[in-house]
Amino acid sequence: MLAFTLRRAIQAIGVMIAVGIISFSMFRFAGDPVNQIVSIDTSAAERANIRASLGLDDPVLVQFTRYLVNAAQFKFGVSYQFRLPVADLLKERMPATLELATCATILAMIFGILMGVYCALRRDTLLAKLFQAVSLIGISLPTFLIGILLIYLFAVTLGWLPSFGRGDVVPIGWWTTGLLTLSGLKALILPSITLGLFQMTLIMRLVRAEMLEVLRTDYIRFARARGLTTRAIHFGHALKNTLVPVITVAGLQFGSVIAFAIITETVFQWPGMGLLFVQAVQNVDIPIMAAYLIMVSLIFVTINLVVDILYTVVDPRLRATVGHTT
Amino acid sequence: MTEPVLSVHNLSVEFVTRHSVLRAIDGISFDIAKGEVLGVVGESGAGKSVTGLAVIGLIDPPGRLSGGEIYLSGLRIDNLPPEEMRRIRGKRIGMIFQDPLTSLNPLYKIGDQLVETIRTHSTLSESAARKRAIDLLAEVGIPAPDKRIDAYPHEFSGGMRQRVVIALAICAEPELIIADEPTTALDVSVQAQIIALIKRLGRDHGTAVMLVTHDMGVIAETSDRVAVMYSGRVAEIGPVRDVVQNPLHPYAKGLMGAIPTLAGNTERLVQIPGSMPRLSAIPPGCSFNPRCAFAFDRCRVERPEPMMHGTQAVACHLYDTPAKVSAA
Repeated sequence: MLAFTLRRAIQAIGVMIAVGIISFSMFRFAGDPVNQIVSIDTSAAERANIRASLGLDDPVLVQFTRYLVNAAQFKFGVSYQFRLPVADLLKERMPATLELATCATILAMIFGILMGVYCALRRDTLLAKLFQAVSLIGISLPTFLIGILLIYLFAVTLGWLPSFGRGDVVPIGWWTTGLLTLSGLKALILPSITLGLFQMTLIMRLVRAEMLEVLRTDYIRFARARGLTTRAIHFGHALKNTLVPVITVAGLQFGSVIAFAIITETVFQWPGMGLLFVQAVQNVDIPIMAAYLIMVSLIFVTINLVVDILYTVVDPRLRATVGHTT
Repeated sequence: MTEPVLSVHNLSVEFVTRHSVLRAIDGISFDIAKGEVLGVVGESGAGKSVTGLAVIGLIDPPGRLSGGEIYLSGLRIDNLPPEEMRRIRGKRIGMIFQDPLTSLNPLYKIGDQLVETIRTHSTLSESAARKRAIDLLAEVGIPAPDKRIDAYPHEFSGGMRQRVVIALAICAEPELIIADEPTTALDVSVQAQIIALIKRLGRDHGTAVMLVTHDMGVIAETSDRVAVMYSGRVAEIGPVRDVVQNPLHPYAKGLMGAIPTLAGNTERLVQIPGSMPRLSAIPPGCSFNPRCAFAFDRCRVERPEPMMHGTQAVACHLYDTPAKVSAA
């Protein structure tokens, strides 16, 4: 088990180095960084000075190693537009994105699993068919459209919820949270629904399909032949088997939730990393783009690792194979 | 004679499809006495498994019981409400399925599955149920049961898993065990062990056993009586010795003739020409008549009812009057 975890961790580091190469190459291929910093009338000598002070004259390999070493310590350089360290900007924006993504995922998991189980167990009822139809809308409507529709309904027409921003936030150390104030919570509702809707419908359809599959298996039939209660069969035996693939998908989806947050954050002007990234793209602020790429990859890779380990906790058969191959 | 443990009267099971209603079981009747093993044989699709599922009340839609009665020790069980039928399943009727590899939930330790089943049907505490589970595993021949109880299903071989399945089926000491092809998925050497185990359990606990199989060897070894099924009907039923050595129904004759023997010097095994009719195209009269070498006019119009002939009950017009036998 330990060897398995270690091996996966080493693989994860390999992936991160590859990502580092890609984000480093952005600096080299997306134009001359010196031009981004200076104005038109800066002299050539001054330009050369800046170039030397930034270490841009060094061999590529030296520059790359320096970049990796710095990135590993979360030093991503200085943003061109804000003139502030990128790490500080990300640190300031990250709580907003993570809170939004976590809320969206929790919403998606709770409602997705509940609706999926209901649709599988009562699949001929009107409500189950309604869920199925609604889930089609959730899967096919683009995120920004859902966000705008929600804003129109709940913020503009009904005036119940704010249409943009994060509301009041409370600082806890360097972290800021909107979960402790009423306005923060209210501001979280619409973006979370917007961001989580796609995941929810995905999880619902997955749970439904998996559960129907599991209910047809021999061990469920044998469980019924043993006279177990319907509840024990459905929620003890069937649901646990259903959740094995659901954990993987939901875990991997958390990464996409953070990535998708770019759109939701733009629609709701949510002060998170995604919004920062969109602004950075508009201003060709490469240090921010590169750092965002690394941060999102880091989150993805970490989630993958956790999902792999969780998997073996839920399914004893994998524990055995893991033990044999290591 | 005491009351039979299982008594099935005129049972019919139908499957409703979009186009028609298919009759998988068409008016079958049989009894199983306490401690008796009834073998049920027939080709695939003859309705053997469906009969077993009907008795334990696990016919799922679109299938349904369309007629007849089932009595368990005198109690009518075919029309019980689902919750009462659930209490009977596992407690008074145990069932063993064909494939031990897929019968156990892979995510639970076998001990948990045993304890769960025991506690569903009794008021035993967790620890008492666990102790009982260990005893059961020992009884079905699992070595070191106090250690193996915490193993997962994938850590057992096929034969050992079938023993666990049997332990699960007998954990509430049922009056009746329905074994649906319990040895088909196993190696021949393991088959013999499992058969011996089922036989011993039936003898020790006085349990009635309904053994569904297409393996005549298994039937001959285990059963007290045998029912030969053909397209949803019982063609012949009687003591195993009589049916095997002196089958009456032409289909049963064909079936017994198709068993290879080492002693016999027959060049070719007897084949029954043709195949069993599909449920949607069962011929009128005796459903076996298109394949029967002895069929005559009456067989094509009138369905034969089972009638006693010595110790055997046979559904064939040949035995209606002695004259017809000689005529055929």
